[in-house]
Parts: sequence; C-alpha cells; structure tokens
Amino acid sequence: MTHAAAATHRTSMGLDSRKMAFWAFIGSECLLFGSLISTYLVYKGRSVVGPYPHEILNIPFTSVSTFDLLMSSLMMVLALAAVQRGDMKWGKIWLFSTALLGLVFLGGQVIEFTEFVHKGLTIGTNLFGCTFFVLTGTHGAHVTVGVLWLLTLWVRALQGKLGPANAMTVEITGLYWHFVDVVWIVIFTVVYLIQ
Amino acid sequence: MSGDARGGTTGTRAAGHEAAHGHPTVGVYLRIAAVLVVLTVLEVGVFYVPAFHPVLVPTLLVLSAVKFTLVVLFYMHLRSDSRFFSFLFGAPLMLAAVVLVALLLLFFGALTLRGASGGG
Repeated sequence: MTHAAAATHRTSMGLDSRKMAFWAFIGSECLLFGSLISTYLVYKGRSVVGPYPHEILNIPFTSVSTFDLLMSSLMMVLALAAVQRGDMKWGKIWLFSTALLGLVFLGGQVIEFTEFVHKGLTIGTNLFGCTFFVLTGTHGAHVTVGVLWLLTLWVRALQGKLGPANAMTVEITGLYWHFVDVVWIVIFTVVYLIQ
Repeated sequence: MSGDARGGTTGTRAAGHEAAHGHPTVGVYLRIAAVLVVLTVLEVGVFYVPAFHPVLVPTLLVLSAVKFTLVVLFYMHLRSDSRFFSFLFGAPLMLAAVVLVALLLLFFGALTLRGASGGG
C-alpha cells in the first residue's frame, strides 16, 4: 500500500478506519457472546432431565482444546510480527500454523459434540443442552470463519500478494482470532470449570 | 525466538520493526504465552484439588480475568494502541457484564425471594 493509499484509510482522529470499524465490530460481538453466556448462566442448574453438565463434560479433553487455542493465538502474533518485518517465509509458516491449530480445535469440538449426542444430549434434550450447544456452537462458527480467513491470507501470502504493506490486514485478522480466543477463555471457565 | 532467527532475521532488526509499530517484541509474546499456559494449568489444577473447592468460583474467575486481560492488552495490542480502541471494546464489554449481573440478580434474586416467602 502506498502512503497515499494508507492516508485514505485514516479517520479524522488519525486512526486507521478499518481497525476502528473492526474494534466496533468486536464490541458488538461482546454483546452477542455476553447475551449467550448470560442465557447459559440464567438457565444453569434448571434442567429437569439429564444428562447434566457434571455427568458429561470432559475437562481433560477440553483443557487440551483450550491449550491448542491459546497456542494458536501465539502463532497469530508471531505471524503478524513476521509480516511486519517483511519475513514472509515465517509469516506463511505462522499463518498456516494458526489455521491448523484452529482446525484441530474444531475437530475437538466435532468429537465432543458427537460424543454428547451419543450420550443422549442434543440441543432439544434439556435447558443445558440447548444453551450449551447454542453458546459453544456459535463460538465454533466464529472459529470456522477465522480458519477460512487465515487460510485465505495464507494463500495470498503464497501468491506473493501479502507483504509488510498489508500488515494491517494481518493485524485485523489477528484481532478477530484473539477475540475468539478470549471468548473461549470465558466459556472454558464458566461452562466447563464452574459446574 | 529461535524460529524467527532461523528465518534469517536478526533480533535487533525484528525489535526495530516491532518498536516502529508500537507492538510488543517476540520475546514478550512468548513470555505472555508461557504465563497463559501456567494460568490454564492452574485453572485445571484448582478444579481437581478438593481443598480449593470452597473458593473455586472466585479463584477461577480471577484466573480467567487475568488470562483475558493479558490477551487483550498484549496480543490485541490495546496496551500500546489508541485509547479510543480500548473504549470501543471496553464500553460494550462493560455493558455485557452489567446485563449479565442484572439478569443473574433478576432470576436468582426472584428465586431467593420466592424461597424466603415459602412460595413455589
């Protein structure tokens, strides 16, 4: 991006308009996930039939998924740092690693959901099933979007269309990815650990 | 970081680029990751240790809040970015927290009152 092109993205406050818009979007996402987490908590312990959370949640398995997502956030900042300094070889490696860890997380969620369905917990079984699947499913959908976004960036990097001039694009992708991570930090505590 | 060093970039050059963007260095990113892993291990550990059960909820909430804050400040760069971005993120976050607390008080407060009055 040329300096002139960069200047067109500046707001009157001197901030990048894309970044400002994205922070506003993340703010709206806080309200979305806030409402879903509130709903989960309000209906917590009110299921009249099982399976109940303590009977079905697999903490060791989810702990590994949490570790995986935390490491993907590390990969994302390393990708941004590499792209910012023009080290595209490592930029590509870290971007792909981030997407890969996102895919591993999604694979874990598919395994978990399948296991729950086999144990009799579906979205229509009880209040726990309904709020659990809506909350974690919405988060999973966000992870899926993030993985597709990361893979798009990776392909652009392979084509030589991503460089230090596009570092802001990588930074905004990173903001989305880290937001997905912080939402999981809250879900892991509220849903899985505080039963 | 060794991976980046192998990528052919010296630490000084990398630090210069990161300083120019106002973002933390790779070393800081790695240290934050280590802290996040330790906090996650603590969270899971606390969950399994019966001695912590009386203070399980506050302990887990504090650990979770610390992890959340570290990611937002260092990985999302709010520590070094414009305060306006902090406002754009912080204001809806606070609103979401207020809505959550209000709903919990509304639902569980109503239950407590009904319980105290002996009603069903």
